[in-house]
Amino acid sequence: MQNKEDRQKLLAQQTLSKINEVENHGTRRYPHRLNFYDKPPLGDITIEDFETCALDRLRILAEIESSFVRNRSWDELKNITITQSDKFLQLNSNSAWTLDLESQRRKDHVGHFVLRLAFCRSEDLRRRFVKAETALFRVRFDSDDGEENLEFLKSRDFGWEEVTADEVEEHFKELQTAAASANREPNPKERYCKVRWTRVPDLIEKRRVFLKGGMAYVPSREQSSIVFQEFQNSLMKSLEMTAKALPFLDEDTRIVPILNNLSQGFLAGVSSEWSTATAGSGNEITADMIDDMARKHFPACMRNLHECLRRDKHLKHFGRLQYGLFLKVLGLSIDEAISFWRRSFSNIQDDKFNKEYRYNIRHSFGLEGKRANYPAKSCQQILTSDQPGTGDSHGCPYRHFSPDNLQTALLSMYSSQGLTSADLPEIMHTVKAGHYHVACTRVFEITHARQGVAKGEGVGSGESVTHPNQYAARSRELERERDGDNGKKEDDGDVVMMG
Amino acid sequence: MSDTEVSPEIMLAFYKRLYPYKSIFGWLNHEHTPTRRFTHREWAFTLPPDTYVRYQSFADADELKKQVCQLNPTRFEIGPVYSAKPRDRKTVRAANFTPQLRELVFDIDMTDYDEIRTCCSGAGICKRCWAFIAAAVRVLDRAIRDQFGYKYLLWVYSGRRGIHLWISDKEAMELTDEQRRALVGWLTVIQGGKEMKKKVNVRQGTKSLPPGIQMSLESLRTIFHRLILEDQDCFAEEEGWETLLQLISEPSVTRRLRAKWEIKSRSSEEKWEDVKREARADKGGKIHDNMVAAMEDIVLQYTYPRLDAEVSKHRNHLLKAPFCVHPKTGRVCVPVDPSSIDSFRPERVPTVSQLLRELDEAGASAGAEATEHHSDWQKTSLKPYVDMLDRHVAALMEEVRRAKREAGPDRSW
Repeated sequence: MQNKEDRQKLLAQQTLSKINEVENHGTRRYPHRLNFYDKPPLGDITIEDFETCALDRLRILAEIESSFVRNRSWDELKNITITQSDKFLQLNSNSAWTLDLESQRRKDHVGHFVLRLAFCRSEDLRRRFVKAETALFRVRFDSDDGEENLEFLKSRDFGWEEVTADEVEEHFKELQTAAASANREPNPKERYCKVRWTRVPDLIEKRRVFLKGGMAYVPSREQSSIVFQEFQNSLMKSLEMTAKALPFLDEDTRIVPILNNLSQGFLAGVSSEWSTATAGSGNEITADMIDDMARKHFPACMRNLHECLRRDKHLKHFGRLQYGLFLKVLGLSIDEAISFWRRSFSNIQDDKFNKEYRYNIRHSFGLEGKRANYPAKSCQQILTSDQPGTGDSHGCPYRHFSPDNLQTALLSMYSSQGLTSADLPEIMHTVKAGHYHVACTRVFEITHARQGVAKGEGVGSGESVTHPNQYAARSRELERERDGDNGKKEDDGDVVMMG
Repeated sequence: MSDTEVSPEIMLAFYKRLYPYKSIFGWLNHEHTPTRRFTHREWAFTLPPDTYVRYQSFADADELKKQVCQLNPTRFEIGPVYSAKPRDRKTVRAANFTPQLRELVFDIDMTDYDEIRTCCSGAGICKRCWAFIAAAVRVLDRAIRDQFGYKYLLWVYSGRRGIHLWISDKEAMELTDEQRRALVGWLTVIQGGKEMKKKVNVRQGTKSLPPGIQMSLESLRTIFHRLILEDQDCFAEEEGWETLLQLISEPSVTRRLRAKWEIKSRSSEEKWEDVKREARADKGGKIHDNMVAAMEDIVLQYTYPRLDAEVSKHRNHLLKAPFCVHPKTGRVCVPVDPSSIDSFRPERVPTVSQLLRELDEAGASAGAEATEHHSDWQKTSLKPYVDMLDRHVAALMEEVRRAKREAGPDRSW
């Protein structure tokens, strides 16, 4: 019944808006800021809009996902998401009536559904998409004003049942102790609703509610938990259905490439901050600076690749990929990159280099083939994908070196920067426990102690290494700070040390 | 032949003549005609010396029997209902082969009580330590029925020193891994490894316990008294009462008690009285509140069910089928009635060789007419246990029929 009525209303609205396109500038089609995305957007859309809406949303979701990976707190995640949303996908509440709410909300609506198409195809993508979307929904829900949230909740049936006053009385004691043990201020006037416990697994797991006969008694303060759970479940179900329907799209040659591009972007974290060269830093990097920089600023994985390249005058495919993208993001231009690799592969004839390598280098800069701007590989990717085989030198030394080799390598790479064999047991301990990024972070701290980096400080405000470029960028930043602040003193110090 | 003996010949005779395939089929299938709940169900066989065959599936009880008799496993396990027949697993895409349904299962094992029980350790079990299991069964059975509202609980003795619980309610079968994890979280009270003295941390400061645990606590108080203080006498030795003092964590109180207990040996009961007296001495004060909370936590730490959480959290966990034979003890994994759990004696559970002897004796007196062995268990002491399962199955099937009627026309499962 409800549905039919809704549909009729919607139809009526649509006809109306077609007739009076000018007069009807209200917010009727999207009466609420939040959207449960139960219905797909209707109407025509240009292919450009199709892609822009999705890309802008993806930038936000990618940031949310990277917040999860970096273990940011909920508040940090929330702030970052809000900033990112302001940039790419504004969504205002009804009180902001001067803005074009209708088109904001349409963009939100379209973007969501395009990304559904892109992310429904594998279990892994679905899971990650649902997680990021649910977080986005939560951020918006938390930051919305209470009145509007209530209106929005009323527009949908969540299947919860109001608990009568008699029943509250009957279980008064249990409800109070449940509140106390969940650290809620007990409130005798609290209103409750009942749902099957399976709808609120998070509240059950933490014992935040009273449970009887399989029904969870959820106080109004915790009801948002049901909403989020519902959002998550229904999105997961819809994605599974979309996945089944997706083969029918295979014919469409305009849309499929866009979708492929989008889902790959999410996989490689396209919109994270290490996807583009650190532009604007002012100092261009040239091919001949790299030897020196590698010694001073590179994490072990890149040091190793650099030394292998110097020793063998060659790197295998994945090594070139890992190192090449890293250098690109470090700020090496395409011309400098070609010059760097040309000189490095000194045993190879010009002809062969031009045929076999030049294209790949240009490709990685987005100048050939499908012209994607590939981001540099993050620690997670280096650790988990494309495991090095025999003869390969890519990967993460902390993970892919045998303990003996790792210790020798670390000492030879970093002893000039203050790493001693006394530091090794601690590092090896974390390696053994599988915390490779912690070991790498610790090495960063030790080798930058002279620049005043203390233990636990990581690559700035306690953050640990999650990306080789982050390591190098921070190292260079520390050097610049030092040079800027007291370049003179440092020179003196060097002289003393030499003496 | 010795009672605990389990040879391949004995096992084969057991599988051929005694194992109640029909009852097991009904219990897993919920209906008389085979459904996906049976045909898409994973079975795994353990073959001597150490081969493990996974992803077996069968069309009906007869096919199961045929395979069991052919492979003659030392034991077999039951897994989830998959989206495709497990034996066709290689012919479907990996994405189309996922666990869909599974009984909610629990495993309680005596080894988790080693740090408390004073009578045995490791694989050993006596009727004194069975009391821990009995306490766990009572608490868990009640919590699951009252709080989660499930009705179809089957408790099964694991053959040596533990007990399994299988819950077959529709909702329980359909739980996702996330929901299973949540439910286990709700029920888990004892946490922390060997190096963790205090294993109960379920309250905020000294505020009252969550309502579910509070309810369990009421029945555990008497068990604590009888089992921990009187029978096991857990605080008699120094190691025992030192642990007790560490759990109280009121420096002034523990100092006084330690001084007292070091001089004169006192029974666990007397020591518990001493603790209570210390608490009463500060009636209305902060120490009193802390002590009351600590004492409640101690009761829980010593008697609350210790769950093997990993077993319950994942749909695709395999668990030994009821009526298998424990290879070390020769005892059959029989269903147990939770309402008479206190009088259950593991040592009285029939062994496989005993059952075969009974069968021979019955056969000798009845002549050699029996060529069909379908219900041979009727003539042995296995009968009451199979009957117990059959009653459980009948109730379950009745419920499914009723639900189907209410749902209207058949829409498969």
